[in-house]
Amino acid sequence: MQHGKYRFVVGFLALPLGLYALFVVWPFVQSIYYSFTDWTGLSPEFKMVGLDNYRRMLDDDIFWKSLQHSLMFALVLPVVTIGLALFFAFMINVGGRGRKGGPVVSGVRGSSFYKIVYFFPQVLSIAIVSLLFAFAYNPDSGAINSFLRGIGLDGVQPLWLGDPDLALWCVMAVLVWSTVGFFVVLFSAGMASIPADLYEAALLDGAGRAATFFRVTLPLLWDTVQSGWVYMGILALGAESFAVVQIMTTGPGGPDYSTTVMVLYVYQKAFRDGQAAYATTIGVALLVVTLAFAAVVMRLGRRERLEY
Amino acid sequence: MGSHSENNGSENTPGERGSEKRGTTGFGRRDLIRRSAALGLISVPTMSFLSACASSGGGGGEDKAKAGKKTAKNPLAVNETAPLEFVLFDGGFGKEYAEDAVKIYQKSFPGAKVKFSATQKIQSTLQPRFNQGTPPDLIDNSGAEQMDMGVLVGKKQLADLTPLLDAASFDDPNKKVRDTLRPGIVEMGQFDGDPVWIMYYAYTVYGVWYSQKALDSLDATYPQTWDQMLAVCAKAKKKGIAGWTYAGKYPYYLPFSLYPMIGKVGGREVLDAIDNLEPNAWKHPAVKACFDAYYELYKKGYVLQGTPGLDHIQSQTAWAKGKALFIPNGSWVENESANVIPADFDLAVSAPTGIDSSDKMPFGTIWASGGEPFVVPDRANNAAGGMEQLRIMLSEASSKNFTSKVKSLTAYNGGTDGITLTPGLKSGVAALDKAGDNVVNPRLQDWYVQLQKEKIGVSGLGEMMAGRLTPAEAIKKIQGYADEAAKDTSIKHYKHQ
Repeated sequence: MQHGKYRFVVGFLALPLGLYALFVVWPFVQSIYYSFTDWTGLSPEFKMVGLDNYRRMLDDDIFWKSLQHSLMFALVLPVVTIGLALFFAFMINVGGRGRKGGPVVSGVRGSSFYKIVYFFPQVLSIAIVSLLFAFAYNPDSGAINSFLRGIGLDGVQPLWLGDPDLALWCVMAVLVWSTVGFFVVLFSAGMASIPADLYEAALLDGAGRAATFFRVTLPLLWDTVQSGWVYMGILALGAESFAVVQIMTTGPGGPDYSTTVMVLYVYQKAFRDGQAAYATTIGVALLVVTLAFAAVVMRLGRRERLEY
Repeated sequence: MGSHSENNGSENTPGERGSEKRGTTGFGRRDLIRRSAALGLISVPTMSFLSACASSGGGGGEDKAKAGKKTAKNPLAVNETAPLEFVLFDGGFGKEYAEDAVKIYQKSFPGAKVKFSATQKIQSTLQPRFNQGTPPDLIDNSGAEQMDMGVLVGKKQLADLTPLLDAASFDDPNKKVRDTLRPGIVEMGQFDGDPVWIMYYAYTVYGVWYSQKALDSLDATYPQTWDQMLAVCAKAKKKGIAGWTYAGKYPYYLPFSLYPMIGKVGGREVLDAIDNLEPNAWKHPAVKACFDAYYELYKKGYVLQGTPGLDHIQSQTAWAKGKALFIPNGSWVENESANVIPADFDLAVSAPTGIDSSDKMPFGTIWASGGEPFVVPDRANNAAGGMEQLRIMLSEASSKNFTSKVKSLTAYNGGTDGITLTPGLKSGVAALDKAGDNVVNPRLQDWYVQLQKEKIGVSGLGEMMAGRLTPAEAIKKIQGYADEAAKDTSIKHYKHQ
């Protein structure tokens, strides 16, 4: 039966691995190579400059600011988003109090409607979401300040994106708003596969909502939560954070660099300042940060697999 | 998006216009990202793109077109059958004016095949071609994706346009092209030394823009001294109108009126010292006086509430609706905000208000300069053809065509007779007449984009006008940024000749 097994496996894996090597690994290798040159991105000539770009990066205040903000995104966003998503998913799927004659395990009233509402932002492109919020945050005629005026809080008219202390939080709020729905759906799918008799047993033992969540739901969902965590961290470090910062904030990059993030800085150096090699250097730093983040989450989150 | 568009950046190069879209809406549907298998792949979105430009070393350049016959009609000796490739930035000026000029080229050289294309993505489109050494023959390098001119010049990627400037002009064989241009255009295209690398085709008037009707309704005229300015703002405030607004998210619009004011108060040399990144250039008393004046607008509550959170479109809209009297801007505002400026607005521009009669330069001193930079790459196959196409565009007929279509002046000195000018354009021409020789042209935004926009604009002026820095703190911070830029070996430095 083992005859020719390896040939069979290799045969199937060759094509995807080849594509992966060509379109993923090879660009990474090239980028790392370019980070040791002085390539501008606008002319074919470049020479090797050794570690100059790395030295420059370590002395670059804006780089450190962008790293700080990116790390903040990677730490805060997953906690908030996943926490909210778990809460919503639990309420939608398990949080209902058993109604007479209904199933034992059900969501709160109107849960099918909530599911659609939470998922709705997922349908919109992040660029559109950013634009909508840029208008809502407009201090002069935006929805938020108009609402504040409407309820008589004329004195409370924050500048939102124009205020260095608030801008980063405004951006994060938009990211939470636009991504939480995806995780609600993801966790709902996970919860649907948890056998109902476990919940019935918990109910019979008199467990309340909170105890049910922490003793039954969360442990059984742990794998899903962990991959969601890594995925959200990468979104927060990468493409999503670029789009919102680029489209919404002052500059872009925020008043006094208060919202600049690593991806944005890579973009600006490569496509505005004609310093492609330096941009790849920051890209390498971003790669390190991303891999470190994934490794930490995976390491901390290791648990025994539960069979059910 | 250029010069305006804050989209990604390049907004404000003179000449960017609002219609340009800023920003990338690039990374598209998340689903795609989701499906990209491995984690981490997304983390460096731009890097995989860069790999596409793997530099292949200069391939082109060897098969350049041979020179044609030099005649009175063909002073640049264009090869009559060599193909020409022209890539235009498709922004607020559209592409019709260039298409019209291409038709004239084809009439002159019926045997040449012209390939014309217009795009908003100049850098994405052309970067790989520069890296391969096969660039087109003429490029309008503008918009949010403008390729950095300093880098292009420093890496010897551009052709010197001196032959074009010394060629006979299209309309008058006895006049050189350089003698038909507006003042300052040729100098703007120089970076260091004599070669002229860039031909700015549009001509932008920067200043303080307002509604003559609104000013009349306050029984006021445009203020010439700062005391008068404060008086006008006080009058407006009584009526519930703010004196000023500006693009708070992109505070590098403030210099459009602030820099010429510094020049008026302290003389041209103050601006030149700033451009040259001289130590303590920002410590000049004229700079302090002007910063104090602007800060006073904030302190007295003459700046429209919420302005620091508005982008250029939002601030222009609030201003067009009559919520604020004055806005620092460039002549593209007429086209960019055409849909919100009321018909009876009576748009006007003025040179910036000074401090008082002790200013070094008279009232009327204004910032006007070229926009929409055209370049001919050094490795173009048909550089002479690219220059000939520019020579055609710099004729009176082409210039008039441009002005009447897009409400902007061109580098051609004249070209406004016999066409109906819109109110803003008329006012711009009048302001230029009034200025005479007192036209200043600060270069920071062309030479040091990051310094001008991010550092001076957003982190210096923007913070000051939002009340988070005092003028003294702002000057100190900006001087620090300028000193850093002067020491930064990764950028090329320039000096006024």
